Parts: sequence; structure tokens; C-alpha cells
Amino acid sequence: MKTPIQFRLNGEGVATFVEGGANLLDTLRESVGDTSVKGGCWQGTCGTCTVLIDGMPRLSCVTLAEGCAGRSIESVAGLRRGAELHPLQSAFMERFAAQCGYCTPGMLMAAKALLDKNPNPTRENVVDAICGNICRCTGYEPIINAVLDAARSDGLRRA
Amino acid sequence: MLEFRKDIFADERDDNLKEVGQPTQRQDMLGHVTGTSPYYDDHRFANLLHLKILRSPHAHARIRSIDDSAAARAPGVKRIIRAADVPVNLNTLLSLIQFGKDDEPSLATDIVRYKGEPILGIVATSERAALEAVALVRVSYDQLPAVFDVEEALKPGAPSVNPTYPKNTFEYYNKYDHQKLRYGDADAAIAQPDIVIDERYQMSPIEHAPTETNGSITVPDTNGRYIVYTSTQALFFSLDTSAKINAIQSNQLHFIGGTVGGGFGGKVDTLTEPLCILAARLIGAPVRYRFSRHEEMQFGSPRGGERIYVKDGVMKNGRIIARKVRAYFDSGAYTRLSSYAVVKCAAHIPGPYTIPNVHGDIFCVFTNRTPATAMRGFGVTALDFALECQMDRGATAVGMDPIEYRILNAYRDGDMKAHRREAKNCALIECAQVAAEKANWPLRDEFRKMSSRQGGGAAAHAGAAADRSRAPASAAPVRAPATTPTSTPQRVAYERPAPSAPPPRPAPPAPPPRNAPPPPAAPAGSTHGAPRFSSVFGTRRR
Repeated sequence: MKTPIQFRLNGEGVATFVEGGANLLDTLRESVGDTSVKGGCWQGTCGTCTVLIDGMPRLSCVTLAEGCAGRSIESVAGLRRGAELHPLQSAFMERFAAQCGYCTPGMLMAAKALLDKNPNPTRENVVDAICGNICRCTGYEPIINAVLDAARSDGLRRA
Repeated sequence: MLEFRKDIFADERDDNLKEVGQPTQRQDMLGHVTGTSPYYDDHRFANLLHLKILRSPHAHARIRSIDDSAAARAPGVKRIIRAADVPVNLNTLLSLIQFGKDDEPSLATDIVRYKGEPILGIVATSERAALEAVALVRVSYDQLPAVFDVEEALKPGAPSVNPTYPKNTFEYYNKYDHQKLRYGDADAAIAQPDIVIDERYQMSPIEHAPTETNGSITVPDTNGRYIVYTSTQALFFSLDTSAKINAIQSNQLHFIGGTVGGGFGGKVDTLTEPLCILAARLIGAPVRYRFSRHEEMQFGSPRGGERIYVKDGVMKNGRIIARKVRAYFDSGAYTRLSSYAVVKCAAHIPGPYTIPNVHGDIFCVFTNRTPATAMRGFGVTALDFALECQMDRGATAVGMDPIEYRILNAYRDGDMKAHRREAKNCALIECAQVAAEKANWPLRDEFRKMSSRQGGGAAAHAGAAADRSRAPASAAPVRAPATTPTSTPQRVAYERPAPSAPPPRPAPPAPPPRNAPPPPAAPAGSTHGAPRFSSVFGTRRR
């Protein structure tokens, strides 16, 4: 038995059908086709699948898709404005803040949630914001530095 | 931050490097930050089927019967894959280079040898349907005695784990049950020294835990070939292994990969591709075989556990005159890459130190654990952990600074290694000197002036002989002082020896103040032994 749901994904309206119990991660990847969201553990422990739901960072693998009806969801696929990268993306590139790249979408969304609320974070704020996201290449220092760089950039003030 | 010490071995390079040391952008970085890098699971296919595996709940058991009739009738199930469906159901990874015998089935036939071993595959229209069908399979087991410890596995009467190697050890050249290293006469030498340090080290298995789990998708192509999207770290290795297990030509497979969500050695084992390809061939539709996190931890190979015994004979002046190493690699139930880890371990003994008498025995042992594989320096990393702990203990035992103890025993150019190769281009002494400098760790002047280029070769051997001639008349081995009993934890305090401790030594120079600015990259008054800018003087080394 499938249920129709509608939500906004990166500003665009989306309508799809989901199985009862379907999670948001599978719905975004398999039904909607947004593969920028990655699955790492499917049990809410690694942070790889982090998306923003109404501006809050959420683990899409343990979020029921049906519960997202009417919500506004942001993924890394909607981060840049056309050809222009978001300051976080530029800073991640500049600071070598990705190695295998698999945790990067979740890291970026966790960092965006922070900067949207607090454009002048301390180092401790940044560590706190990404503490639920595992990077097995263990590139945490460049990631923290990149988020701090993005916060200081002109681009963020314009964004 | 990256820093080049051009004052050290300045003659080693031309210093006209255009790329090394310069920041350069990775070609895959834009994809990573925009979420568009093509990991294997980002490829979408209509009517994709899903393969899930029934795994052994026991570490060692005989399979009496398998009843999959209920699973076959479950909703969404397309096909059950049994051991008999696998064309070549025995393989070992390194058989591609004629190293070792085929010993691991893709699906267990009569006996399971570790918890998590695959028994049967179910292909269904969704992952959930496949999992629900797997839960309907009934297997009856007779549990068998299991062995989980490498030394227990070598005792007479231990359960035999792997029928290809019934004595629980890998066979090198089809006749040797371990790798040996012999140089000088370690047994005779170890009877002479002032101090004997005999210790045991244990390293646990380590799971790579990549954020992207192992997986692959196989899609039948229009020309009878199969396109395989995979997370593998070793594309052609996986291609050839998959062709062998499926008994097809490798040119029937088109592997697409290269974007790997973390591997660290855990994605070289070709864990998913052979059965994924088999399923696609049997059904004629795209099939995905993706590990859950639980499967990655339970079934994905870890770095193997290692137990290492190191026995050193050390003179009071700090020279190590004998080192004996006995190491056991826990291969788990099958070989995978542990046989090769043992070869690497043998090649690394006795570490980067000139020791005139070296003795090594290294075993690749089968136990009822998850088979082990490659991980970042496997075979060497755990040995280094053991050897460097041992070096700290040796330094403490003779009352020497641990860095000076390493410098004293380090390879110098011209020294003969235990493998009967001359040491060339050594740099441990210089690395130790720079590390001490960075840490404001005072070294005595004579050690700050030592060089990898001085004192090597025949001089070192003469020195060792002199050490022995100075050995006490009583040849009875002297145990390490009570400061390093074998029962203490492996943590060793880097304490400076008390002024009265033997041997007497001048007081170290006062360390620079803590808030001193970092030294310049190439200090004008470098005290390192290596000649500076020796390319100018035509003394370039190879």
C-alpha cells in the first residue's frame, strides 16, 4: 500500500508515492532521484545522510518519509546557486576538506544548518555542529577550518 | 603544515620541483562538494533487483539441511542462489598471481567456518522483500568446536578450520608452515648480553568501517556482456576474480568504478561482485548487492589480529646485539591476503635498526574468525607497534633517552640488513633529530651530530664485536630491571633517567623556552650530521 506525499526539495515542489515505513533517505534517492544524499549506516549513527528539514539537520535514514509531507527539505544538490558554489563548498575545496567525499554532503548540510543560525561561529560551535558526522578518512581538522573560513567569507554575507 | 627541510640531504633532489609542495586541486573535489561524484550506488536502473545473503550464525558448524521452500514462495522473490549455482565455488584472491591454494567458497557447501559466512542468496524486487525471505530460510546445524586464538589453533588436537590447510597454517611454496628469517646467531648472542628484554604484544583486528559500505550493481548489457558498477578499490583484480568464479571470459565483464567511498584496504577482497554478477546472469536483469552496516562489520574483512613476541639482547651501552621475533597473524577462516601480510612482516624485521643477530618466525594462522585482509600497511603496522614499544623498553632498561637509543641503533648507509641487503639512503637518524628538535626534546651533542652517512658498514660490525668483548664475564642473561616487568601495561613513561642511573651522561642542555618561535625551515646553524647542499660538492647519493 503506497501513500502519496508532497514536500519541497531545494525549493521545488515534489510529489511521490511511498511505502509505509519508507525512510526519507531511500525516498529521496530511489523515488525522487536526488542521489546527492548518501547512505552510510541506515541506523542513525554516522551522519552521512544528513539533510535539512525546515532548516534543522536531520538524519534522513531514520526519518519516516510520510512525516515529511508539507515540509521543506534541503540537500547538497540545492546548495549552489546555478554555477556559483556556496561559500561552504568553495571553502571545502580550498581547504582540502574532502578525501573520499562520501561524508561530504552530510558534513556540508550540518555546517549549513550552523551557519544559517550562527554566521559567526566559534571553533567549538563548529565542532559541536559536525560532531554527529563521521569522516573515516579522519579529515576533521580541514573540515573545521573550512567551515570557519566559509563563515568569514564575503560570499556568506551576500548569501 | 608541510615543511621541507632542504638542509637535510640537500643533494637528494634538484629542488626545481614544480608540483611537489605546491597546492593543487584534486580533480574529483568539485564532484565531492556538489554531491555529484558517481559512487557505484548512484547509478539508477529501472526494475533493479536486490540480492541479500543468509549468513552463518555460528563460528563453526556442519550444515545438516537447508529448507528454503517458504522463502521461494515469499512475495517478490525472483531467485534463490545456492552453492551449487556458483560455477567455481572455491577461490583465493591471490590465485591470480599463483600464490596460495583456492580455499574459500562464495557460498558455504557443507560447513560454515566463521560467523557471517554466506550460505545462500535471495534475489527479490526490494531489499526488504529479500531480507524477509532470508528470514524464512530454515537451516539445521551441528555445531563444531571452534578456535579463536592463534596459538591455541597451533596446538595438537586443535579444531581444524580450513580443509585446504588442515594444520591451521598457510603453506608457503606448498611445504613451509611459516616464514623464517635467520641472520647471525641470535640464540648464541642472546645468551651473552647484559640485559634481555622478552615481551608479548597483541594487536586487535580493526574494521575499516568505510562510510560507504561494500557493494556492486550488475547490469546486463545489450551485447551479452555485463556492466558492473562497484565500490572496489582494485578494479581489475575484482574483474578477474569475478570472471574466474563465474567461469566466464574477463572480456564479458565491463567494470566501472574508481569513485570509492572510503576503502583503506577493505575493498580489495571482491566481496560482492561475483555473486552479484551471477545473480544478474541467472535472472537477466540488473541486480544490486549492497552490504548493510552490520554486514560490513561482521563479514567485511578486518585488519587481522596479530600476536608478536619480541626478545632483545641489549648491551649496557645501548647496542642491541640480538633480536628474536615470533609472530602469529590471525588470518580468520580463509587466506584472503594474510599470507602476503606475513611476507611483508618478515621483510620488515628487525625494524630500521642494525642488529647483528636476527631471528624471525612468522605464522599465518587459520581460526574461526572473520577472514582478515589488507589495511594500511598490514603486516608492518602491528610489528612496528611491537618493535617501537620494545625500543622504549630497551631504552628504559639501559637508562638511555629513547630517541638517543634509536639513533644509536639506527641503520646507517653501508650497514648490512638482516635480509642481506646493504642499507642505502638511510634517514632515520635525521628524522629522529628533527622530531626531537620540533618537540624541544634535548639530545646530547654527540647524538645531534650523528649521521646516517657516518659509522655504517664494517665499522658498525666492529663496534658490535667490541660490544660483545665488553660483555660481563658471567654469561648468564640479566633480566630487565624491575622498572619494566612484563606484567606492567604497555604504556612506557618517557622519563629522563636519574643522574645517578647508568651509564653516566652529561646533563642535557636546557630545553628552549616553551614560547620560543618555531625554528626557521632551514636554520643557518644546522647541527645535523648530513652535509648541507652537498650537490654543490658532487657527493650526490643514488
